[in-house]
Amino acid sequence: MKHTISVHVENEFGMLTRVAGLFSARGYQVDTICVAPTLEPGVSRMTLTTHGNDHVIQQILQQTRKLIKVRKVVDMTASPHVEREMVMLTVNAHMGEQRQEVLSLVEIFRARVVDVSEDAFILELTGNFDKIEAFIGLLKPIGILDIVRTGPVAMTRVAAVRAQQLADEEEEFSELTLNEKV
Amino acid sequence: MKMRGARILLEALRCEGVKHVFGYPGGAVLHIYDEIVQTSEELGITHYLVRHEQGSLFAAAGYSQATGKTGVALVTSGPGGTNAVTGIANAFMDSIPIVVFTGQVPTHLIGNDAFQEADLTGITRSCTKHNYLVKKVEDLAPTIKEAFYVASSGRPGPVLVDLPKDVTAQVCDFSYPETIELESYKPQVYGNPKQVRRAVQAMIEAERPVLYIGGGAIAAGAYDEVRQLAERLDLPTTCTLMGLGGFPANHPLSLGMLGMHGGYWTNMAVNNCDLLISIGARFDDRVTGKLSDFAVGAKFIHVDIDPSCIGKNVRCDFPVIGDAKTVGRQMLQELDAQLSDGVKIAPRDAWHEQIAEWRRQHPFSFKEDGDIIKPQQVIHELRRITGGKAYVSADVGQHQMWTAQLYGFDQPRQWLNSGGLGAMGYGFPAAIGAAVAHPDELCVAVVGDGGFQMSLNELATVRQYNIPVKILLINNGYLGMVRQWQEQFYEHRYSHSDMEVAPDFVRLAEAYGVTALRATRKDEVAHTLEKGLNLPGPVLIEMKVAREENVFPIVPAGAALKDMILA
Ligand SMILES: Cc1ncc(C[n+]2csc(CCOP(=O)(O)OP(=O)(O)O)c2C)c(N)n1
Ligand SMILES: [Mg+2]
Repeated sequence: MKHTISVHVENEFGMLTRVAGLFSARGYQVDTICVAPTLEPGVSRMTLTTHGNDHVIQQILQQTRKLIKVRKVVDMTASPHVEREMVMLTVNAHMGEQRQEVLSLVEIFRARVVDVSEDAFILELTGNFDKIEAFIGLLKPIGILDIVRTGPVAMTRVAAVRAQQLADEEEEFSELTLNEKV
Repeated sequence: MKMRGARILLEALRCEGVKHVFGYPGGAVLHIYDEIVQTSEELGITHYLVRHEQGSLFAAAGYSQATGKTGVALVTSGPGGTNAVTGIANAFMDSIPIVVFTGQVPTHLIGNDAFQEADLTGITRSCTKHNYLVKKVEDLAPTIKEAFYVASSGRPGPVLVDLPKDVTAQVCDFSYPETIELESYKPQVYGNPKQVRRAVQAMIEAERPVLYIGGGAIAAGAYDEVRQLAERLDLPTTCTLMGLGGFPANHPLSLGMLGMHGGYWTNMAVNNCDLLISIGARFDDRVTGKLSDFAVGAKFIHVDIDPSCIGKNVRCDFPVIGDAKTVGRQMLQELDAQLSDGVKIAPRDAWHEQIAEWRRQHPFSFKEDGDIIKPQQVIHELRRITGGKAYVSADVGQHQMWTAQLYGFDQPRQWLNSGGLGAMGYGFPAAIGAAVAHPDELCVAVVGDGGFQMSLNELATVRQYNIPVKILLINNGYLGMVRQWQEQFYEHRYSHSDMEVAPDFVRLAEAYGVTALRATRKDEVAHTLEKGLNLPGPVLIEMKVAREENVFPIVPAGAALKDMILA
């Protein structure tokens, strides 16, 4: 099963290779990876997507938590969350019917045209995986000249965050503190 | 006070209580060596010049394993660092706290393929607990503080600190941080009480329990707790290869070692138990054999400081994350509480009797063969003569397994070996580390003729510092363990395991100025060993043993424990 994992890391030299190297050394798959700073100076947040059975995912979480400069590892898939990915595409848009067709797809998907030339557009779309796949599927017959995707970023839903905070306050000791880096 | 980086390094080592460093100089660490020759005496630090960087890591490992202190190694950039990698990987696999300092080319040359440049943090990322590249001298002291803390806390391991040459020349104010706290690293020491309660309840109720002790129990210093748990709960107790000495071998509850070369009775007990209580062990494949057939009727309690070890290889019914000693204490308190509630420990007489019966059926044994020295006999004699009190390291191979099976380790930190990595060449330098740490104790390196040839360069080291290591060379003229597998699993096709050319080891030792003795007949063993062990300074004792002896029992790789071959 596909899992989306959020990793807070101290932003020091070689941190990305530490995480990526761990995955390759232990034979885990990385499907996508996305990293950028957080509000806290020196701390970055990675969103990784990977797949594997429950056992593999447990190991991924534990092994990643073990890295010294990793602060927090959360399997987003375990709780309600929002996932978004951005894609940019260069597509054929020759004057006439084709251009209109592309523009109407842009409209329907609430994408944006970010660059225009005589015979092509650069489009930008943000959405979840399914939406992006559908958009790409419809554009393929028209002709995609170039594509770049960010891979998903994910955030736990506000309600779930609140619930977790409450649970943390009440709980003296969890059954087995396997879920958070402690 | 202002001082240069090289001096800061030594001052920091002093602050960490470091007394001994094993190292090898080179261009990138010249400032450091220049400082060593001027100030190390005043700082109470002794540097030992090994003869190969790998030896410095193995010596630091032996030093650490024999004391519990953090070992320290110092090597130069490029080839110095790459030569050290095997020793670093060994420490990583066996969770040995070591801080290794490597030289690096000056910061402005990093990435330029400069002379003797190697990306040591990159190369060692997957075999260190953590590593650092120090980019400015102001970071040096805090980084060293952090390195020692990370190496020695939680699940211990090697930490590498890469030191560009210019950083060791730059000057800044030295002050050593007193305390350290890392937001991102907080090992869980205290076990979850609810889990402890459930685990203890299971230990009370089990009819056929086995306590299974690994290297983690030794690392945590949990010897007393383990022993009390075993005695008070009446638990037959086995140790892994890394855990030997974590429970006294001469104790009535001791089952000895389990796994690939474990006793028949031990593996039978593990396989037929209804509760396996693991403390600081990790269910390695050399322990479990085929996983799907391993202790199928058992529930598992797993106490480990490393959460990633729990549930990694076997399902776990009662996980307890925490330090073995702390959790051991918690368990003893919990036991008191439950017993005072009137709970009774399940009777285990039938279980003990069953295990004793298995032991009577197939004890460890070997056949005499005329005048020929059997390696097992040598280990028995070693035990007898030393009274089981020596620090004993082993290299890797058959002799290692015989030593593990037969010496009988009663105390923790007495037994040193390369368990996880299985690195030939470890045994002799590791004993050097132990002997430096315990100059008044008997330190014996049991080595094979193959592995000894991977580190015999250290003969010069023991001679130079008169380190009284006794090298007990079990010479079968073969890469014995390889030969055994070829005999048993490849129809006797001995491919490149016969070392047709070998040095005259006695003359070789003498060439280094090391006293050497040899026994070639059975009736010479006791006398030669006794004499060699009692000579002062370093001594090599060569035993010319039966060439084609096999280690039994053996669980073939990938087979179930119950399918062990007995003879
Ligand atoms: C560095 C390294 N290379 C290869 C091996 C594989 N290996 C394991 S045991 C062994 C034979 C060791 O021979 P020897 O040192 O003579 O010991 P014996 O088994 O004969 O007692 C070999 C080659 C290893 N463990 N380590
Ligand atoms: Mg041999």
